[in-house]
Amino acid sequence: MLLEVDNITLLYGRIQALHGITVHVNEGEIVALIGANGAGKTTTMRAVSGVRAIASGRIRFNGVDITRMRADLRVIQGICQSPEGRGVFPGMTVRENLEMGAYTRKDTGNIAKDMDHVLDLFPRLRERFKQAGGTLSGGEQQMLAVGRALMSRPKLLLLDEPSMGLAPMLIQQIFEIITEINQRDGTTILLVEQNAQQALSRAHRAYVLETGSIVKEGTGQELLHDPAVKDAYLGVA
Amino acid sequence: MNELINGFPVLTVTGLTQGAIYALVALGYTLVYGVLRLINFAHSDVFMIGTFGAIWTWSAFGFDANSPRPSVGGALGLIALAIVVAAILCGIFAMLVEVTAYRPLRARNAPPLAFLITAIGASFVLSEGMAAFTNRRQFGVPAMLPTDPLFSIGSWQVTPLQLTTIAVAILMMVALDWFVQRTKFGRGIRAVAQDANTAALMGVNKNRVILLVFLIGGLMAGVAAVLSDMKAASTRFNVGFLIGLKAFAAAVLGGIGNLRGAALGGILLGLAENYGSAVFGTNFRDFIGFLVLILLLMFRPTGLLGESLGRARA
Ligand SMILES: Nc1ncnc2c1ncn2[C@@H]1O[C@H](COP(=O)(O)OP(=O)(O)OP(=O)(O)O)[C@@H](O)[C@H]1O
Ligand SMILES: [Mg+2]
Repeated sequence: MLLEVDNITLLYGRIQALHGITVHVNEGEIVALIGANGAGKTTTMRAVSGVRAIASGRIRFNGVDITRMRADLRVIQGICQSPEGRGVFPGMTVRENLEMGAYTRKDTGNIAKDMDHVLDLFPRLRERFKQAGGTLSGGEQQMLAVGRALMSRPKLLLLDEPSMGLAPMLIQQIFEIITEINQRDGTTILLVEQNAQQALSRAHRAYVLETGSIVKEGTGQELLHDPAVKDAYLGVA
Repeated sequence: MNELINGFPVLTVTGLTQGAIYALVALGYTLVYGVLRLINFAHSDVFMIGTFGAIWTWSAFGFDANSPRPSVGGALGLIALAIVVAAILCGIFAMLVEVTAYRPLRARNAPPLAFLITAIGASFVLSEGMAAFTNRRQFGVPAMLPTDPLFSIGSWQVTPLQLTTIAVAILMMVALDWFVQRTKFGRGIRAVAQDANTAALMGVNKNRVILLVFLIGGLMAGVAAVLSDMKAASTRFNVGFLIGLKAFAAAVLGGIGNLRGAALGGILLGLAENYGSAVFGTNFRDFIGFLVLILLLMFRPTGLLGESLGRARA
């Protein structure tokens, strides 16, 4: 198991956002988290990447207990998150944003090659290479956020709503890229998505969150054909 | 008005010289503000420690206020040495302030007011500490560079000290700009300034970046302290107060958080003071400086170049 999230709870001040979440991700998998707005998907991602401390429970990554590890050190362990809302550095160029993704890497010789790879995945970013991140369109910023996370060569890539704000054609494309990253590069992916249809059909396994708890888990296909899931999240009866 | 017209060349050169010193100190305020949204009031006293660092260095080589001027070569060597010592001393004290005063507050999620009071407290601890250590005495600065004009073009004259001050300040600012814009650590600083949470997700150690920023601010203040010593010819435990306040004003004038803004604000403040004191009399020197600040902020509340670290925020 690459990632084990064991019964974690998390508080925002007095508000409890997670009530004992248990999730695991095996090496090479795409695992999806789906659920309504405010269910706690982003919060779970924050707990895994370490930007928010959990109140109880444990998180293990690659055999190491990272429960109390700082976020920046988890990047060195191989976890990289493309955050909700993208988090593009507005005053940095596309190039500098991508370089930020490689901030912790020691193998500086390979960075240029990986940047080329990312620019091949997102040709639009190549066209905008010297433009400030803050002046990119929403969709371009989304591509930049995903591309930047890839620049760290993560063992585990956390993607929080990568299709948010993208045109339908680009949504299809970004999911294809996600599958490609997983299959060709072998990157393990934990994916949060509103677009449950796409997420479930791409994911090996998935969890359904409701108000801070896991209410269902199964393979992508199982959940895709689960009547309750269909009813609540797939917009088809 | 005649004073201004007749004295324009002299006023411009002295204004630029004074402005260069303000600018170097202003960089420290603006860098720290950029990453922490905090006005580090102790910065003025870090500068003050630098002014003593220079005097101690020179005194270690047998130079005090009554010593004869060394040869030009000797003077340049002594100045370079004093700059290195003062910069290191200020860098260390700036980092000490961060580690002992601000970092513990961040770890406890203290409210902004606690940081403000701590900043003022740290400022007094440093200045009163030096006051006790030096018995509140004033210390004369040994003569270093010759005071005759180095060269003159028409009625424009430049003394060796003015040339040294402006050249050193430009050198430091170009080096800092390169560091922040072009190096990996510089990118780390800008990342924390623009979005600290995302910077952590990229593996940037926020506390290390903050320490680095205090170190850089301290180095700049140390360089400024040596230049200021030679200009003012004496120093005292409270010498940081007015220069610090003006440098802070210069940082706000240029757009706090903006490095090039700090440089511009410093230069403008130095010029405004000198032109203003020629028109209204030297008693009005500080009055004019701050009047310009207030008026400019009315028209450009975010300062001349706006609030950002290094490059425009979208
Ligand atoms: N910084 C915060 N401070 C306080 N409460 C928060 C904070 N972030 C999230 N919450 C609350 O925690 C709960 C879970 O939020 P979270 O962002 O994890 O939901 P989500 O599943 O990602 O929703 P969405 O699909 O809308 O992105 C919500 O009730 C939200 O209001
Ligand atoms: Mg969310």
